[in-house]
Amino acid sequence: MAGRFETDVAILGAGPIGLFAVFELGLLDLKAHLIDILDRPGGQCTELYPEKPIYDIPGLTIVTGQELTDRLLQQVKPFAPEFHLSEMASGLDRLADGRWRLKTDVGTEIIAPVVVIAAGAGSFVPKRPPIAGIDAYEGKSVFYSVRKMDAFRGRDIVIAGGGDSALDWTINLAPIANKLTLVHHRDGFRAQQHSVNQMRELAAHGKINFEIASVKALHGANGMLEEVTLASPDKREWRHACDTFMPFFGLTIKLGPIAEFGLNLHEDLIPVDTAKFESSTPGIFAIGDINSYPGKLKLILCGFHEAALMAQAAFHICRPNEKLRFQYTTSSSSLQKKLGVA
Amino acid sequence: MKIIATDRKGETHTLEGRDGWSVMEILRDAGLPITAECGGACACATCHVYVAEDWLEKLSPKSDAETDMLDMALAVEPNSRLSCQITCGPDLDGLQVTIALE
Repeated sequence: MAGRFETDVAILGAGPIGLFAVFELGLLDLKAHLIDILDRPGGQCTELYPEKPIYDIPGLTIVTGQELTDRLLQQVKPFAPEFHLSEMASGLDRLADGRWRLKTDVGTEIIAPVVVIAAGAGSFVPKRPPIAGIDAYEGKSVFYSVRKMDAFRGRDIVIAGGGDSALDWTINLAPIANKLTLVHHRDGFRAQQHSVNQMRELAAHGKINFEIASVKALHGANGMLEEVTLASPDKREWRHACDTFMPFFGLTIKLGPIAEFGLNLHEDLIPVDTAKFESSTPGIFAIGDINSYPGKLKLILCGFHEAALMAQAAFHICRPNEKLRFQYTTSSSSLQKKLGVA
Repeated sequence: MKIIATDRKGETHTLEGRDGWSVMEILRDAGLPITAECGGACACATCHVYVAEDWLEKLSPKSDAETDMLDMALAVEPNSRLSCQITCGPDLDGLQVTIALE
């Protein structure tokens, strides 16, 4: 949702650490907005290993990435954080009044005295095949996602991949494409069986072609594709005419625009002090996998600790004239009221 | 045991393997540019390597999970493996791998 929002803390990244930060900030009456490039909270936990078990969350003998995310969402519910999902943070600057402005690629602006970077290893972006010169075609005849299906009407499409996205788009684009060829390195698929069956049905009826091969090279001019070189597992190569290439190999993590924020980065990580987890830029904190300090371990449980200490320091920036009252949720009726349990 | 690893620039590194460790862990701890986003859970395909042909037979075969996950790797070849799924041991002394492009 585009718009201008004023809050206490802007959190970049809605993974487990960003979510727990909402909780620790909430106990201190600090409100938060979260930005994430993914379309749902959870970060790596839900994107990479929703079904995989995690055994080292204190107090939980076993929890999956999805369950941990669901529990954290439940835990932060009383604090009503606002999520800006499917948005990429695109810029960070300081306003004349000293507050920060975090902007996203769809025009959202979050104004806050504190920014917390909980971005893990960065942004999830589509994997780009290592084909020479592919960047010249991107956005013109090579696409990693489908925004409007109609843009592909009448095209001669090559789709590469064997996962759900590759198969789903093969099935969905087949009726509107002029010609569609699915290219995959084996005659087996990671995708859902019913999608595979549907694709094989389309191939059997000549509605699509399926080639056991890989795309090795692109040929065309001015960003407009004319042919691709395909290679079979036994190294046979041939050219295939097409005007559109769509590689679907899932997502990978790239640091992305954080690199342009003017922060002091060291090997793509943000050095912080271990008392406050603040970067060398006052008011900008970094917690979770994105930060570095002597002894750092990339563990979710360490990120939780970092979030708690960050929140204490953020309070002093957001409420410079107030005294921070340190309380325990076990005994404090005011904390329990905030949590909706008293 | 030794692992002979070729990086993306074509440079060769001789690494000390450790029994029971995954090849991904050896590459990572040697500072080679293996991404291994998921940390070894066979969930991301960013520890993709090519195994030298004469070593392929000596590896334990791919699990279904690894075969499926390789569908998410780029530039897969018949000798592609995920290095988090190869366990170091005396049988693999001298194993040659090349880190795949990303």
